Amino acid sequence: MSSRAGGLPGWAFLPAALGLLLIGLPAAGILLAVPWSQLPALLTSEASLAALGLSLRTSVTATALAVVLGVPLALILAWSRLPGARVIRTVVLLPLVLPPVVSGLALLTTFGRRGLLGEYLSVLGVDIAFSTTAVVLAQAFVAMPFLVLSVEGAARAAGRRHEVIAATLGAGPTTVLRRVTIPLLTPALGSGIALAFARCLGEFGATLTFAGSLQGVTRTLPLEIYLQRETDPQAAVALSLLLILLAAVLVLLTQRVRPGAGAR
Amino acid sequence: MRRPLRAVAAVLTVLILSSCASGAGQGGPGDDAPGEESAPGEDAPGPTAEGTGGRDPALSGDLTVFAAASLHGVFEDLAAQFSTARPQVQVRFSFAGSSDLVAQLDAGAPADVLATADESTMADALDAGSVQDEPVVFATNALTLITPQGNPAGITGPADLAGADLVVCAPQVPCGAATARWAANLDLTLHPVSEEGSVTDVLGKVTSGQAEAGLVYTSDVRAAGSAVEVIGLPGADDVVNRYPIAVTARTEQADLARAWVDFVLGPQGRAALTEAGFGTP
Repeated sequence: MSSRAGGLPGWAFLPAALGLLLIGLPAAGILLAVPWSQLPALLTSEASLAALGLSLRTSVTATALAVVLGVPLALILAWSRLPGARVIRTVVLLPLVLPPVVSGLALLTTFGRRGLLGEYLSVLGVDIAFSTTAVVLAQAFVAMPFLVLSVEGAARAAGRRHEVIAATLGAGPTTVLRRVTIPLLTPALGSGIALAFARCLGEFGATLTFAGSLQGVTRTLPLEIYLQRETDPQAAVALSLLLILLAAVLVLLTQRVRPGAGAR
Repeated sequence: MRRPLRAVAAVLTVLILSSCASGAGQGGPGDDAPGEESAPGEDAPGPTAEGTGGRDPALSGDLTVFAAASLHGVFEDLAAQFSTARPQVQVRFSFAGSSDLVAQLDAGAPADVLATADESTMADALDAGSVQDEPVVFATNALTLITPQGNPAGITGPADLAGADLVVCAPQVPCGAATARWAANLDLTLHPVSEEGSVTDVLGKVTSGQAEAGLVYTSDVRAAGSAVEVIGLPGADDVVNRYPIAVTARTEQADLARAWVDFVLGPQGRAALTEAGFGTP
């Protein structure tokens, strides 16, 4: 962290400061544009509250889904000698780097009414088109990789020695997972959850492409901001402030729980 | 414990990158640097590029047109015709939602001509002092009712919409405002399953078969081809959107800009617009 030992050359601070400005200035810019006097009214309008409530509900659900499915996936990727683990990892991490609209199209061609699974789901009476379920699915799709990446890295670094000892003491695999592995991975799990939750909150493109946009059903905060911008830019800025604050708190949380922070 | 740290750093990087990507198509107009990809030797930057001749075909330079997204296909075609007659002219476009374009102009984006999808957005541009001259209406566009190919919900008219998954534009955008006016005229209450931010999003939901019905512009239908079926809409002619065009206040080549406006209003423009499904004002 510090430049005392090892010492960064002085010039490195110039690009670093410019880098900070590149990200910090727009954040300051939007703060200056916030219509503070109207803020309470703008944030408590019916449409804003509906969007906020929907965003929180769907993000919590999608993050829970990502944990339930993502943690086992991460542990298997970290520890098992599966053939093609590299391919599996690539597939799982794809949504990280895909443009959101491509994620939306992928979901649409799979779960859509005329998609790969959509037709069979329709036969079973399951119709997720334009439903809140579609929003959760889109969010889980884009957010799970964050969780997998975070947990897999920690699990690989921690190794399996504690698990091996627990097993020799007679604990079954499920007990080892519950009493040894999960507690060991709690910090990584925490930061993974925070990042996944933040990604869920920010999900825009896939939701727009796949789920649609209807107040209280599919119109999450980012979609509400995008729409408000057409007629009421001030309301859009006010809602943006809310998302910026939420994101900042979440990123701060990931730094608090990350193991060995400040030790370098 | 270095790996988790690194993983978090990587994750954060990607988080930032992906948020950039989801910024929904802003930008675009900024690439107006003079001397980029044009006829060799001709494009001396600055005012010398203009006024090199008296004849009309001797007009030269790069013309930047900001146009409503629904004009995409027809304006691209017209630009090809325009440049054929004036080989030293390059027409560049920024296609986007009308209110986006007006906001970008107001923020100083470089454009010579503005064409919007309704008169209220053009009025905003006029109020902001972004356009000069009086805007002229060059086309109209009416709403129509479409279904996916095969019409799975068996829709024959507005009366069937109550039980179907209908997708419309949100009232905040021009096509949604027209939809609201149309429904009010017929005393109908619509129960859409989604209110999209742009007419192309409505069209996408219908062509993909997600929606069972959608309200879009007639010009969109031509573009969608056989992926959709047109049901038609009674009373749609009463709520047409009128498309105005005007030369911007900040243009440095007003002659060239006016030539484009005249071309769009002229017989070739008329023919192309009709072909694309637009109405005559």
